[in-house]
Amino acid sequence: MDFQLDKKHEMARQLFRDFAEKEVKPLAQEIDETERFPRETVDKLARYGFLGISVPKEYGGQGCDPLTYVMCVEEMAKECGTTSVIISAHSSLCCDPILMFGTEEQKQKYLVPLAKGEKLGAFGLTEPGAGTDAQGVQTKAVKNENGDWVINGSKIFITNGKEADIYVIFAQTGLKLDKRGRSQKVFTAFILEKGMPGFTFGTKENKMGIRASATYELVFSDVVVPDANRLGAEGKGFPIAMHTLDGGRIGIAAQALGLAEGALDKTLAYIKERKQFGRSIGAFQNTAFQIADMATKVKAAQLLVYRAAMAKETQDRYSEEAAMAKLCAAEVAMEVTTKAVQLHGGYGYMREYDVERMMRDAKITEIYEGTSEVQRMVISGGLLK
Amino acid sequence: MKIVVCVKQVPDTKGGVKFKPDGTLDRGAMLTIMNPDDKAGLEAALQLKDKYGAEVTVVTMGLPKADAVLREAMAMGADKGVLVTDRVLGGADTWATSQTVAGAIRNLEYDLIFTGRQAIDGDTAQVGPQIAEHLGIPTIAYAQKIVEVDEEQRTITVERQFDDRYMTLKAKMPCLVTALGDLCEPRYMTPGGIFDALDKEVTVWGRTDLKDVEDSNLGLKGSPTQIAKASDKVRKGAGEKKSDLGPAEAVDYIVEKLQEKHII
Repeated sequence: MDFQLDKKHEMARQLFRDFAEKEVKPLAQEIDETERFPRETVDKLARYGFLGISVPKEYGGQGCDPLTYVMCVEEMAKECGTTSVIISAHSSLCCDPILMFGTEEQKQKYLVPLAKGEKLGAFGLTEPGAGTDAQGVQTKAVKNENGDWVINGSKIFITNGKEADIYVIFAQTGLKLDKRGRSQKVFTAFILEKGMPGFTFGTKENKMGIRASATYELVFSDVVVPDANRLGAEGKGFPIAMHTLDGGRIGIAAQALGLAEGALDKTLAYIKERKQFGRSIGAFQNTAFQIADMATKVKAAQLLVYRAAMAKETQDRYSEEAAMAKLCAAEVAMEVTTKAVQLHGGYGYMREYDVERMMRDAKITEIYEGTSEVQRMVISGGLLK
Repeated sequence: MKIVVCVKQVPDTKGGVKFKPDGTLDRGAMLTIMNPDDKAGLEAALQLKDKYGAEVTVVTMGLPKADAVLREAMAMGADKGVLVTDRVLGGADTWATSQTVAGAIRNLEYDLIFTGRQAIDGDTAQVGPQIAEHLGIPTIAYAQKIVEVDEEQRTITVERQFDDRYMTLKAKMPCLVTALGDLCEPRYMTPGGIFDALDKEVTVWGRTDLKDVEDSNLGLKGSPTQIAKASDKVRKGAGEKKSDLGPAEAVDYIVEKLQEKHII
């Protein structure tokens, strides 16, 4: 067993770090303050292939592995939680399901421009009544006489919302009886394009953290979607959503990890510099022990996140690995960023200090793409099978 | 079009500078980067490749670990890498270095050669023009802008920085251009480019692969420059602090000090 990154991954990490420092860091505070979607950063991410890292080259991607992708999200999150989730939602939640379940035609039409970064992707499952419980989905798709689908309903809390061009969404397409004879909704996945008649955007959310990511409501009013845009088989939407979220969780775990690492780095620099009672606060044992605990937890989270990325590369099923990585990294991110603010004292509570933003950004990692409670359900479900 | 870009692996000055007992740099013990001016030259070559289509070959001379700058250049978009490395080439000054690099380039086809203006470790700005002299081709040094390449007429037009103005020069190709650091902003590598670059072969040449070069012009022995002493930047003294003067007195005091040192 070897815990050393090879040369390829080392070099890729250096690339992501340089990019994050030069292109992402200078904007982080401003876009958080103004909730401005960083379009110029997205254009640069596209130019350098960061929006198609683990997509094969034949579909316009970079042909790298999930670990490289994870390191990209991680390094961006060290400087800016918003930028990292733009990449994660686009890659894990839109490129991945089209790559996994799309037809060749769908891959050529949608995946190629997504992987090249010419188009931005989004994913819509959540609805007002359907968070953890997917059975609450009200959006319906009904086949018309031409064989096309007519979709009605809405989705909320959609990352990249109005800024995206291509959307993978889920709608109810029927009912079936489960083993106990209860009626269960059956879902189907569809690929939608911005501009389809009847497809509009509702409220833009005003959020605690990741404030520059464009979080919108998607509204479908008699949107006619050709059957050619059905992703996967009819009625197979739920397993597609779950499989997509397994991958998505690794992306969010990487985001959480990056936020924790970024907060740790900034705190380490601060406690060496900040002087009280005639010495740097890092010289006090309370501070030193706290930073030791923070660093240890961050390292443990990193190992779980990298292991999940490797599992995605080598295994068909990696639900538990992904859930453990996200659960651990998200909780570490919340704990470490909170301690980072505490160790910064009054300054840490001020907007001009990065740790203040990082603490707000970290909270969402415990909630979206499956709350920490859902991750515990997935993990225990696997153990108790 | 075929373009050769000469790059040098230099110490990253952020990591501190270390010397061997003979006064030459201990390159093995320092963190390294691609010399910034060379990187601008590489970017200029890659922009010509994007615009006109070209094959870009990157050449470096150095320790085996200098392979890293070739991989970086290939991850940015260069097509091939050549590493010139041999114990007998060590300790070279600008003369022996330019002889070595010219000896390597004689094996390659080229329409254009880019070098950086100068390296941040030696700051001589001699190697580029010397390579051109050895190869018998024109040089345009201190390029601040590549205006155009005329592939039919086989010419290149370049703005050359010159004190407080610039000259626009046109030269017949093959030609060597030395790039200023601000000639162009280097692009980033791409993740896929990194994976490909590390899978590719780099050509490695030693002394015997160099064409038309005398032994007497190579390595430490072939270097007319003898380093008497090399040192890291000398730290400045603490300076003098005066806090008991009013604004007018302070100005007089500063002016007096500057006159004393013949600065004004």
